[in-house]
Amino acid sequence: MEHHHDDHDHHGHHHDNRYSDMQARVRALETVLSEKGLIDPAAIDAIVETYETKIGPRNGARVVAKAWSDPEFRAWLAADATAAIASLGFTGRQGEHMRAVFNTPETHNLVVCTLCSCYPWAVLGLPPVWYKAPAYRSRAVIDPRGVLAEFGLVLAEEKKIRIWDSTAELRYLVIPERPAGTEGMNEETLSTLVSRDAMIGTALAGAAT
Amino acid sequence: MSACETASPLSQSDGLPRSPEGEPVFPEPWAAEAFAMTVHLHAKGVFTWNEWAAALSREVHRPRRAADGSDYFECWVAALCALLVDKGVADDVTIAALQESWQRAAEATPHGHPIELANDPLRAGEPSS
Repeated sequence: MEHHHDDHDHHGHHHDNRYSDMQARVRALETVLSEKGLIDPAAIDAIVETYETKIGPRNGARVVAKAWSDPEFRAWLAADATAAIASLGFTGRQGEHMRAVFNTPETHNLVVCTLCSCYPWAVLGLPPVWYKAPAYRSRAVIDPRGVLAEFGLVLAEEKKIRIWDSTAELRYLVIPERPAGTEGMNEETLSTLVSRDAMIGTALAGAAT
Repeated sequence: MSACETASPLSQSDGLPRSPEGEPVFPEPWAAEAFAMTVHLHAKGVFTWNEWAAALSREVHRPRRAADGSDYFECWVAALCALLVDKGVADDVTIAALQESWQRAAEATPHGHPIELANDPLRAGEPSS
């Protein structure tokens, strides 16, 4: 396993974590309401999950479908994901840089982060609730195979797993392998095979999540 | 997850952005959290549908809203705050102080660690709740 820890350590003056006014205000309301016993954070997470699973991360799925169908776009995505993704009209509001990591028969990619602020929601849609849990991140780094197995994704022993740690400046998009038997499909149909979890690396394309 | 929360009447809130399938669409994670809190508080009876609709209406019909409606969930959060203040659940000063505290906590938290309110340097020494 390789663990890529990108360049955030080189910016001593820079804070990785920032809350926008609205992020902080919502957290403030949560704090007040929890202290008063009016909300249970687990119940809120459950409601968020109910709604967010119904919102497909269609932007990222379109990027993946195009990468499968168009070799030129794929090469551009590999060389400069930020520009290639922006060419489709999807840009992060915080101006973050994107990097695409490509699954191959030899290598599987998994993106970890505990923090909303490191999650490219403009491309992937909303983050899953478990993604923010500290336990997920630390366990994914220590035992990625075990964590993936819990998601129902059992990889061959010889398959290498690369862990990518998103930062405030650089966020990752996993390009899953194109499923077999999809040769005749157009981009629109292909994009329906790409789940958010496949673009984080906790599922494969075409697999039910 | 109870069925009544899934089909919360708050999904019918005036102006809520929706997908072609009719599901709410959230521009950012905090908007989904604010939506979920509101659904939860309404389900618990902290306020009624009519009270919510009136509070939201006041905010979305304020002048100087974004022409493209992109500030919809800012209105939503403002409506929720106003309703909670109205109900005596919270007050503006406390909410504003906590908001600043969360921002300091976020900046003080190293990458890879969960952002917790106790990380606010100005809270150091206080017992975390």
